[in-house]
Amino acid sequence: MRSLIDIADLSVQEIDELIAKAEDIIANPDKYAEKCRRKKLATLFYEPSTRTRLSFESAMLELGGQVIGFSEAQSSSAAKGESVADTARVISCFADIIAMRHPKEGAPLVAAMNASIPVINAGDGGHNHPTQTLTDLLTIKREKGRLGHMTVGCCGDLKFGRTVHSLLGAMSRYEGVDFVLISPEELRIPEHVRSDILAARDIKYRETESLSEAMPELDVLYMTRVQRERFISEADYVRLKDTYILTPDKLVTAKKDLSILHPLPRVNEISVAIDSDPRACYFKQVLNGKYIRMALILKLLEVE
Amino acid sequence: MLIGTIVDGIVIDHIPAGRGMELYKYLELDKLDCEVALIKNASSGKRGRKDILKINEVIDLNFDLLGYIDPHITVNIIRGGRRVEKRHPELPETIKGVIRCKNPRCITSVEQELEHIFRLTDREKRVYRCIYCDTRAK
Repeated sequence: MRSLIDIADLSVQEIDELIAKAEDIIANPDKYAEKCRRKKLATLFYEPSTRTRLSFESAMLELGGQVIGFSEAQSSSAAKGESVADTARVISCFADIIAMRHPKEGAPLVAAMNASIPVINAGDGGHNHPTQTLTDLLTIKREKGRLGHMTVGCCGDLKFGRTVHSLLGAMSRYEGVDFVLISPEELRIPEHVRSDILAARDIKYRETESLSEAMPELDVLYMTRVQRERFISEADYVRLKDTYILTPDKLVTAKKDLSILHPLPRVNEISVAIDSDPRACYFKQVLNGKYIRMALILKLLEVE
Repeated sequence: MLIGTIVDGIVIDHIPAGRGMELYKYLELDKLDCEVALIKNASSGKRGRKDILKINEVIDLNFDLLGYIDPHITVNIIRGGRRVEKRHPELPETIKGVIRCKNPRCITSVEQELEHIFRLTDREKRVYRCIYCDTRAK
């Protein structure tokens, strides 16, 4: 029995297999429609996340399985003070697999250490969100036809943005990927990502404060939201939130086959005028998220 | 300075200067009834200065903890007034229930009964990180 807590838990080969499985699901949905019949997914969401929860739930439903769970801590036994470990043991009696979101970092690992069924980390605070990274990888693979030999620009909140850290970790395992890290001084990539991922793997990267300057060389542009909840000071949030907004005029110098990704939800960092541009991939990304979660559920439940 | 000779006991030598009291607390030596001496800033040929702990009783030591403090620490077991064994701790792969995660966003900050566990992530730089939130041990 295996769980997925951190994207680093998966080897490159396993990631490639998941992507291949997701692509097969997209090509042959009927083949998978009953694969999880009589299986139950428990979505344990201690904080609201409509998109991720519904993505997991629709993934399980499309596999012919069923879904139980809660969508906020107040409607769970956590409100009575039950520990994550105990909840995981209890839910193991009801379901076949757990998807857990929790505001505290490491809660899904605690669940995995105590559950007798697989646990998928559906986001633990600002820490890990491996299925978002799998979603990003599937999207890049489908848009580019490859996961290596390209220049990826990450823009916005690179300090608190866990999706960027995970993406850097995952993409840096493929050959020939260069990164351009675009952020204001205050939101630059943290030291531990710089030392543990970029320096440790000898990855080519450069940092810039200018989105326009970086644009011409990018094959993938990964935009992120400057998240209010990651700031201690409201004044800092207000000062920085509008720093990097993608508008059509900034795309003038971009490659014709640029792929624009965003983990969503967006606030205003991508103008709605971009939505109709064929290079905008963020809504396709949402759909890909469902398919990769289907592939992951199949893998963890060991359903062929 | 003269410290009484140990007949049966342990001398923990080559503790990095200034960390003897920290080790004293971690090993809970305050709970022992026997004589315990902490010598701070003793001269050391190799390191300039060092701390030493002398315990006048042979007790079970947590070698993972000693290794975490510094793998160059030397543990001398004394019996009948003579050193019968000399050991060096190794850098442990994990360290449990000793150091605490200080990250307020970590699950250990709200679930008090969870054991604090740190994992060695960089042997060369002796970096330990919380297994739950990856925060570096200070």
